[in-house]
This record gives sequence, structure tokens and C-alpha cells, in this order.
Amino acid sequence: MRKSLARPFIILVVTIVVAATFCGCSTDQPGSTDGTLKVGMVFDVGGKGDKSFNDSAYRGLLHAADQFGVEHTEFEPGQDADRETGLRKLAQARYDVVIGVGFLFSDAMRKVAADYPDVKFACIDFDPRPGETLPDNLAGLRFREEEGSFLVGVIAGFFSETGRIGFIGGMDIPLIHKFEAGYIAGAKYANPAVSVTVAYTGTTPQAFADPAKGKELALLQYRRGVDVIYHAAGSTGNGVIEAAREVDRQAIGVDSNQNYMAPGNVLTSMVKRVDNAVLMTVRSVVEGNFHGGLREFGLADDGVGYAVDEYNEDLLTDEMLAFVEDARQAIIEGTVSVPKE
Amino acid sequence: MSRFARLSQLLSPLVAVAASFLVGGLVVVAIGENPFHIYAILFRGAFGSVDAIGLVLFNAVPLIFTGLAVAFAFRAGLFNIGGEGQLYIGAFVCTLAGLAFGGLPALVLIPLLILASAAGGALWAAVPGFLKARFGVHEVINTIMMNFIAVGLTSYFVINMLREPGQMTPQTSEIAFAGHLPRLADSLSLIGIPLPQANPLNFSLVLALGAVLLAWYILYRTTLGYEIRAVGMNAKAAEYAGINVRRTLVMAMVLSGAFAGLVATNEIMGFRHRFLDNFSSGLGFMGIAVALLGKNTPLGVLLAALLFAVLNTGALEIDIFTDVPRELILVLQAVTIILVVVGNEVFARRVAAREGRAAGVPLPVTEASGETK
Repeated sequence: MRKSLARPFIILVVTIVVAATFCGCSTDQPGSTDGTLKVGMVFDVGGKGDKSFNDSAYRGLLHAADQFGVEHTEFEPGQDADRETGLRKLAQARYDVVIGVGFLFSDAMRKVAADYPDVKFACIDFDPRPGETLPDNLAGLRFREEEGSFLVGVIAGFFSETGRIGFIGGMDIPLIHKFEAGYIAGAKYANPAVSVTVAYTGTTPQAFADPAKGKELALLQYRRGVDVIYHAAGSTGNGVIEAAREVDRQAIGVDSNQNYMAPGNVLTSMVKRVDNAVLMTVRSVVEGNFHGGLREFGLADDGVGYAVDEYNEDLLTDEMLAFVEDARQAIIEGTVSVPKE
Repeated sequence: MSRFARLSQLLSPLVAVAASFLVGGLVVVAIGENPFHIYAILFRGAFGSVDAIGLVLFNAVPLIFTGLAVAFAFRAGLFNIGGEGQLYIGAFVCTLAGLAFGGLPALVLIPLLILASAAGGALWAAVPGFLKARFGVHEVINTIMMNFIAVGLTSYFVINMLREPGQMTPQTSEIAFAGHLPRLADSLSLIGIPLPQANPLNFSLVLALGAVLLAWYILYRTTLGYEIRAVGMNAKAAEYAGINVRRTLVMAMVLSGAFAGLVATNEIMGFRHRFLDNFSSGLGFMGIAVALLGKNTPLGVLLAALLFAVLNTGALEIDIFTDVPRELILVLQAVTIILVVVGNEVFARRVAAREGRAAGVPLPVTEASGETK
């Protein structure tokens, strides 16, 4: 009986001793001393590896690291309260720039930016309250997604043979409605008779991370005669592209250039240059001219656009591209106005 | 119960935690990192400063509530997997009340909102409780289904009807200031504890500790608690002894749901002050693990919730400052749970074997559960 008790006791004692050793050796503190700029990035739902929105931001961070030799770290919050805590920890660890990827960071950004006036904060897709002005150390970076969506809508309307095209959104919110509105307007601009089938994956942030459902919705639309589907659904859209490949129809990618994901079956991608916004933010800090406030990126400054590369150039005719470029100019000059909802 | 049995009761979770750290260490080695370094960062994240300890307590509060909810129902023999749904409804009712009764003074509004949170959770748990008692429908299935309904309903209302005007974030407006539970930073600084103002730890910690006492009191010092435990051990025997089993089952679920609903005191009244769609990310399900590790006793739940909070808080630090993914923490938690379950069984066998030998009876084939008498 003594023996049967001894074993767990020994294990316990050993563990406590070992644990105590761990604690004793925790002297390394974060915070660089050699003066390199430190950039922290916190991802949205879907996270690094979504091949879309978050990855675009991450590419920008890697470019910045390349160009300016900045030190960087990035993570994905596990629970909602971690958003604020995580931003705070980065600020406490004396990161110079902290970037939140996605509108869900808006509230946390406001609070943390107020507490750390020496740290620069940038929030992609910042969701401002009506009439809100941002402090000097917080930049809210927004995109005119409707303008880029208009152009891929023009391509879809021009390309479609059945006259039926589709849209699959992630979360059913005004941000994604901008994609939908621009796309529909663009398609009608190219072909007034076109009909658009619209579906949303869900009403929660998880709607951006459900490829299985994306594929299911896409197959449903393709079966009904739709021949081009534009997705604005984060990694859910990977399922849409997979469906296009399977039934040999067309999908349109979003945020990142997704043409390579199924060559021949991705008509084009609406690129939202989150990477440029990130790079620009880091550059402005490096050059010492960072300033807070809201900033919008549209067609005029290449904040949004459509992608042409070796994977889709065979799909797009010169006539089509000329037509799209005209539409692009018209939007920049203001002769065509793009609806937001 | 013999001293050996008591000691093994206490030891099995401790051994499980220790062993899970060894397994986690091996995982870290397999990734190619130094486990000592990783664990050092984990503990720095959880204990490195007053701020860190505050975060641990903040993260522990909802787990205490959901752990108590699961443990309480379990004592009546009910497996309440619906903590997630119950806390959503509790938080939703709390938010509605906070938006509707903004004119009330804090002294009235705060108790009202606490009651609203508990009532919302209780109501949601009462449905599967009633279905179980009246029709014998299994509560596991119904509580899971009620989770889906709760998440879907609150989501619909928040996105389509209650969303803060002009915002795309799926959240309501802020509840009345009078309904905010104050943060603990100010009070603690009076007694010389330098908790930063920004630390989210708030008075719901006091409520959580109160709930632990309350759960203990109800279970061990009231007739209802006695009935709940009797029904949990053997419903037929309890009925034969004159206990109203149906009423007891419903009451156990109602109280269980009320504990889950109280999560809102931390998440809504204490921290966010508004209902954010999908805010919970599985607190209700974590409660099951907490109750299991805490052996379904109120004190055990408190300790298990603290342990899980330490791991969750440290996980963020690991995620930010190392290349090891936060999933390591999930491995630690899962291994702990598996070892506790296995440990319960092994220790129970040993106890049975020893006590059987002592009494000169042959070794029984089936085992006693880990229930404390």
C-alpha cells in the first residue's frame, strides 16, 4: 500500500521541482533594444492561411519586413476578449506598430489606442461610429470594395453565356453588401439583361471560414445555370473555387489574387490591396510621417482592382479588357457612380 | 471512505495535470522548441505581473459559472451540455434589460441585471429539464439543440433588429452605465494592489466566488440539495424514499441554467457592456471539462476553472511571443481531462481492491464512481 502511493507522489514532486525550475528561468523580457522597428499583427477569423483577406495583410507585413528590415510577430486571437488583451500585450511589449486585421477589432482598437499614445495602431476595415474622429495614433484603413467589385461584375456580365451569374457572400453584413452592390451594378452595366443569384453563408464571423458550405452553395447555383460566381467570403470562398473546378465553370476570387487556385476556372479576382495598406502604414512609421484618421483606398490609388495574370489571360478577350478599362476610367473620373448597397 | 481513497481523490487530478505537462513538453520537443522556455513563457503570461494575474482571474470567472452549471446538473444525474445556449440567453436578456431600464439607479439596476442573467439561463435550461421530467426525453440531445436555437436567435435579433445604428459590427448598443459592474482596479489599489486600470477584472469575480459558496450551500445544506444528490445517485431509490424526482430534475436544471446565465455578469455587465454576436467561443463547453476536472464539487470547479484560466491566459502569451501555436494549450487541456477520467477509474479500482481485501470479500467486477460520500 505504501508502494502504490509512492509512485504518484514521486511524479508529483518531480513535476513541482521541474515547474519551479521553469519559473525560475523566465527572465527574458520581450522588447528589442537595438532600435529595429517592431510590428505586431493580429488576424481576423479565418486567420493566416485563408489565401484571401488575412493572407493579403500578411503579405504586406512580409514585404515590409523585407524592405525595411522590421521585426514582426503575428497571432490569431482564440476568444473575443483576447482581441483587446492581445493588442494591449503587443503595446506593452513596446511594439511600434500594431495592426488589427478586420472590423471586429474596431472597439478594442479605440480603447487600446487611447491607453498607449506612443504606439501607432492601424485597423483594416475599421468600423467608425457616425461622426467619429480618430486619435493621432490610430489609422482606420478602409477600401472602396464596391469599385473593384463593379469591375469584376463588368467582366462577369460580359463573359456569361447563360446570362445568369451568382454572388456568394460570407457574413451577411453591410461590409459584404458593398461587394454585392458593386458587382451587380457592374454586371448590369455590361449586360442589362443579366440576372444575379445571391447567397450568404451565414450571419456570424464563422461564415468566413466554412469552405464546405461555400462549395455546397456554389454547386447549387451552377446547377441552376449560373456560369460565373463571385465570392466575398474569405476562406469559405475556397469551396466556391473548388466547385468551379469540379463542374468546369467560372469563379471570381476576392481580396488576394486567387487566379492560381484553379487555373482556367477562376475568371479573375477582385484584389483588395490590404497588403499595400499594411506596407504603406509601416513605411509611414519608418519615414516618420504616420498620421491617424480614416483613410479610404479605391480604384484611383490602386487600393482595389482586378487581377490579370498567366492563369486567366486566355479567358479574357482584348475587347473585354478594353471595356473594363473604360469602366475603370469612368469610375475614377466620376462619370459612373457605384452604389454601396 | 478510507484515507487512501480520499487521498487518491485529491491526487488523481494533480497527477493528471502534471502528466499532461509532460506530454505537452514532448509535443513541444517534437515541434523543435525548448519546452522549458515555452512553459516559462506560459507561466510568465499567467503570473508574471499583477496585470497577468488579473487576466487569469478575469478568464476564470465565466469558467467558474459554466463549471458550476455542469457540476450542479451532474449531481442530479443530468448531463447539461446546454451551458453555451443558456449563457447566450442569459447575456441576451441581461442586455435587453440593460438597454430598456437605463433610467434606474445603479443600486436597483445592477441587481436587476444579475437576476435577468440568471433568469434567462434558467428559462433556457428549464425547457430540457421539463421535457426530461415530463416525457423522459434525454437532456443531452435537447440541451444541444437548445444551444443551436439560442445562438441562432440571438444572432438574428442582434444583426437584424438590435444592431448599433451605423455599425457593421454585429453588436448592440452599450447598456446603461448604471448597469456596468465596476472594475476591481480602483478597489484593489486602495489596499495596495497595483492592478492596472485597463485590466478587465471586475466585481463579477466576487459574484463567482459567491456562486461557489451558494452551490455548496444548496447541495450540502438544503433539502433540495439532498434530494438532488439522492436522485443523482439512484433515482428509483430516491423516488421510493418519497422524493419528487420530476420536480427535483426540473429544479436542478433551472439552477444549473441560472449559473450558466450568470456568465453575463462578467461578459456583459463587467467587460463588453453590450451583446456581441457569437461572443462566447465555447465557454459553455469548457464548463464540461472544468466540472469533470473538478469532480463535480463546487470547490473542485473553482480550482479547475483557475487552472484552465491559467492555461488560456498563458496561451495568448505563447501565441504572441513564440512560434509554438496556441493549440498546444488545447493539447494540455485535453490530455488533462483524459488522464483525470482514466485516473478516476484506476484509483477507484485500487480503492475497491484494497477495501475488498480488507473486508475479506472478493474483488468486485463493477466499480464505484468517483463520488465523494
